Formats: sequence, C-alpha cells, structure tokens
Amino acid sequence: MAIGLHDSQVSNPVLRWIDQRLPVVTMMQKEYGTFPTPRNFNYFWNFGALALINLVIMIATGIFLAMNYQPHTAHAFDSVERIMRDVNFGWLIRYVHMNGASMFFIVVYIHIYRGMYYGSYKKPRELLWMLGVVIFLLMMATAFMGYVLPWGQMSFWGATVITNLFSAFPIVGPEIVTWLWGGFSVDNPTLNRFFALHYLLPFVIFGVVFLHVAALHITGSNNPLGIEPKGPQDTLPFHPYYTIKDSVGIVAYFALFALLVFFMPNYLGHPDNYIPANPLVTPAHIVPEWYFLPFYAILRAVPDKLGGVLLMFGSILVWFVLPWLDTSKVRSMRFRPVARIFFFLFIVSFFVLMWAGGKPAEQPYVIISQLATAYYFLWFLVLLPVLGKLEKPLPLPESIAAAVLGTKAVLGGGPIPQAVAAKPMEKA
Amino acid sequence: MRVLKALALAASVFVATPALAAGEAPAAPNAGFSFNALLGTFDRGAQQRGFQVYKEVCSACHGMRLMSYRNLLDIGLSESEARAIAASFQVTDGPNDEGAMFERPARLSDRFRSPFPNDQAARAGNNGALPPDLSVITKARHDGANYVRALLIGYRDPPPGVTVMDGMHYNEYFPGHQIAMPNVLNDGQVTYADGTNATVDQMARDVTTFLAWAAEPETERRRQMGVKILVFLAILGGLAYATKRKVWADVKH
Repeated sequence: MAIGLHDSQVSNPVLRWIDQRLPVVTMMQKEYGTFPTPRNFNYFWNFGALALINLVIMIATGIFLAMNYQPHTAHAFDSVERIMRDVNFGWLIRYVHMNGASMFFIVVYIHIYRGMYYGSYKKPRELLWMLGVVIFLLMMATAFMGYVLPWGQMSFWGATVITNLFSAFPIVGPEIVTWLWGGFSVDNPTLNRFFALHYLLPFVIFGVVFLHVAALHITGSNNPLGIEPKGPQDTLPFHPYYTIKDSVGIVAYFALFALLVFFMPNYLGHPDNYIPANPLVTPAHIVPEWYFLPFYAILRAVPDKLGGVLLMFGSILVWFVLPWLDTSKVRSMRFRPVARIFFFLFIVSFFVLMWAGGKPAEQPYVIISQLATAYYFLWFLVLLPVLGKLEKPLPLPESIAAAVLGTKAVLGGGPIPQAVAAKPMEKA
Repeated sequence: MRVLKALALAASVFVATPALAAGEAPAAPNAGFSFNALLGTFDRGAQQRGFQVYKEVCSACHGMRLMSYRNLLDIGLSESEARAIAASFQVTDGPNDEGAMFERPARLSDRFRSPFPNDQAARAGNNGALPPDLSVITKARHDGANYVRALLIGYRDPPPGVTVMDGMHYNEYFPGHQIAMPNVLNDGQVTYADGTNATVDQMARDVTTFLAWAAEPETERRRQMGVKILVFLAILGGLAYATKRKVWADVKH
C-alpha cells in the first residue's frame, strides 16, 4: 500500500485538503452515498436507522438530565420532580428520555423480529446478528438501571427483585447479590453505582453499534427476498433512495414519539413510581416496565427460582445461536410456507408472554405463561432445526431485479444516476 | 394487648399507603374533568378554589413539599395575593449569625410549609397513619384525578357485616375500604370568595383540579407544544413522502 496523500475526488479545496489527509468525506460517500443497497427494501428496513437516532436522542437528553439529577436516596426522587418543575423545559427532556426508552424497545423489537422473519442472521451475517444481540442485552441492562434512578416504589422494588435473581445461583449467589448492592440491601451505594453504569453503558452500546454497522457494511444488507444482490441491477445507491425512504420513516416515528411525550407521557409507566421508594412497604404487584414483561413471564412460569432465572437468561441467549439452529438454506420466510405459520405463532407467544407478565402470578396466568414459554423454546430448539430439513421451500427468484422488474428488464440494468454510475463502487 | 397494638400498627402502616394495600375497590367513576381530555385545560376558578380547600382543610395533615408559593402565580393569583398567602405561614430559617434557627414569614421562593416536621411526628399526630404528601398524588394513583375525587366523596356507613377497625373509616373507593383518614368535607366547609356554593362534590372537584395541576403543572404548555409539533410533523411528513415518491418515480422496486 502506497504511503502518501489519499487520492481525493472532492472538488471543494478545503474539504479536499482534509480528505487527502483523513478521507472521511470519501468514506461517508462510499458508505452512505454510493453504498450499493438492495433495491427492494420495505419499510421494515427503516428500523436500524431509527434505532441509531433513538440512541442519540437518549444520550443527548440523558446528559442534560444528569446535570440536574442527584444520585442519592434522599434526593433522587425530589431532584427528578425538580427537573419536571423548575428546570427550563426539564419536563420535556425527562419525558423524552422516559418515553424514549419505550420507543427504543418498540423500534428494536421490530428490528429484531424483522431480522428473524427475513433470515438476516444467516451466513454471512452471523456476527452482525450476534453483535445485535449484545446491543440488546446492553440495552436491557441500561434500561433496568435507568428505571431505578427516580427512586420511586417500582424503582426500588424492581431493583430488589431483579438483583435478587442472582441469589438463585448456588454457593456464590448471595455473595454476588451483596457485591451488586454494595451492601446488604438495595440502598445508596446501589443507586450510586447504577447511576454511574447507566451513564457508561450507552457509550458502550454506541461502540458496539459502530461494530454492528461496520459488519453490516462488509456483508451488505439482507432484503425481503433473502437472496444476495448479484450485480448493479439489483442494487440502488443508498443516497438518495434510502436516505429519503428512511426520512419518511423517521417522521412517522417522531409523530408516534410526540404523541406519547406530549399527550400521554405516563401512559407506559406505572403510577407507583411516583410514590417515593419505601423499603418498609412492598407494592401489591411488582411489575417491570412493559418491554421486560415477556422475559418476566418466562421467569415466573417456572416454579423453581434457579430454573426460572436460567430459562429467562436462556430465552435471550438462544438468539446467539440462532444462525446455527436454523438449518434452512432459504433466508426469507416469504419462501417458507410452513415455517412462516409457526413463526407467526412464535410472535403470538411473545405477545402472550408480554400480556401475562403484567398479570399477577396466579392462575390462569401461570399456566398461560408456561404454555407460551414452552412454545417460545419449541420454536427455537425444535421447530426451526427440524423444519429447515423437512420443509420444501418455494422456488426462489433468479435475482432481486428479476423479481422486481420481471425477467425481461434485467438485461437493461437498473437506472443508476449518472453521477453515481460514473464512480465505480468498490465492494467493501 | 401487645398483640392488638402490633395489629393496629401493622394495619395503620398498611392503610396509610393506599395504592399498595391489597383489596378490591370499584373503579372510580369518570368525573369528566376538563383537564383529562386530550387537549384539555384547567379551570382557573376551580384551581383557585381548590387551593383554598387544600389550604383550609387538607393542609392540616398533608404536605405538598414540591410546591412553592411562587407556583400560585400560575393559577392566576396576583403577585401580591401570593405574597400575602406566603407571608401568612411561618417557616424556619437559619442558622443566623448567632448560630440559632429562627422563624420568619414565608416568601414566594419558599416551599409550601409541611404540617409536620417529619414522618414520625405525622404518624404520632394521626393515630399511627402517615398522611401522604400530595405534590404528585394524581400521578401516583391509577386514574389519579378520578380516584382522588371519588375517595373524597366515597365515605359511607360500613355495609352490614363489615366491622371497621378502631380509628378507621369506611370508604367505598379505597383499596380494602378501611382508611385512616376521616371524612373531612362537609357542605359549607369553606366559604368560597367567588360565591360558589361549597357542596362536598364541588369542593372535591375543585381540590382535585388543584392537585392534578400541582402534580403536572406543565400540562397545558405540554399539550400546546404537542399540537404544534404534530402539525409540523404532518407537513414535514407530507413533504418527505412526496419527495420520496419523486425520487423513486423512475425506479421499479
């Protein structure tokens, strides 16, 4: 590799001077300008971009909240209410942050299930998928610790229940819990470290997101057909086609976000979290935030504590090996008529778990949770591996262009804009 | 005797934290509050009357430690009126140059004075029960405003067969039905300056309006901003979609 200035194509002299020494402009042009993207994305492919925007919103609002928040058991609750009342636009910043967590999980769940439906986790995108699962686990930890910070009743008791899960592990369990708490109960040291970690983890997430995107730009995106682009006729440059398509999704996303923040800011929360934490009074029903309910239901579906904890963690860890559990050669469920039915049942089981997780731990909710949990694991551990071998998939189209344009048009190639076509795209 | 005492204490702890106590209570009826509507606002008159009810009745036991006297300007009181109200309360300040704490009339910048110096004193003065702080009470209960209003008018004679514990009161809408707080609203309890007839229902509505505003004082500004933002997003969305159609017009996909 030659040493020297980068051969920059940028015409602006100042930008070119920079680009020759640090080719950021060239990189952006390559990764987000001309980046060859399958031409057949549907709107489900908006959700990766939405998740990134959501992360930026959470970090931005979170920094301003941290300027006014007091991580002390005696002041935390009141400092949050002070933000709501006396900080300029504090109510806006806090409600955006609070509902932003819910929006983040809505977006990420759709992103994950889109990946599952269209087989985006399959070779060669296994590592891309696994990095995504890491992001999801980090998000769960961050959201959990963030919910503790206002130090309301659900904060305190949620923290108590979740940290106590680790006590289920034999021998070292109780030691781990004491170590997590920084004492012998959820108290000021716990709140302090949760605040520190809640501030740290989003930046860790940002780092893993960078790797996730970097890996994506090596393999390129999957698409609704689940077949790889074979040439320029199958792809479009990312800009302007997908910048504008993402923009449409972003506005719709902001509209839903605004509806929550401005008109029903506490709808997704729990009223008990506006009661200051009280270690002497246990709420009648301790429930986590809605986005944890499916996993909470799995935890409670098992009568044995350790078994419940293992199953709950297992329900997410199983995603790591999804690329190898799915034995089918075909990615997209569009061409898997049998698996598709069972996939929709799997989605149903997830929503049933979400519903049952919010109900008290009594019949009939326990048996419903157990059935849904059983199906959840049946899907991953039995149906996916077996169906991949048994099912006869529908015939795949020859290429993306053939499916979209009909076979005749393929010979002509896609209408690539002049400026883009002039610059040959390197395959990253 | 000791067993009884322990039971009474346990019961009072239980009952003092309404939302947490087990027990079924009917859902609070919808009182049709204007501020509960999607774009609703607070009735200024009701807020001011409600503050009067809070000041003359509730504040004997319930604090609102997150509220300041300056906040009263937001419900339409003039600065001099708010100053006069603040000055009618003595608050502790200090230490002064001699190292002693002293009492002085409250200023606009002071928080509402709490009726008790601490929770222990509050319990001691209320038969062991802790009157909750009311600053965010309507946010801290399910369907908060309707619940608070229903609770205030929900005092009944216990139905036959139900024994109410000593020092407790029967309330239709309280979870478990046994509440330490007695019925405090009676017709004509306060004399409204604007001549409104102070019925129990009127006072319950007014004080609930005041409490709902106190819990979420940003409500009106928030909704106004929300309308502007949604209108903006509707226009932006239309433009974005039109642009998308134009960009994609010559591409089959």
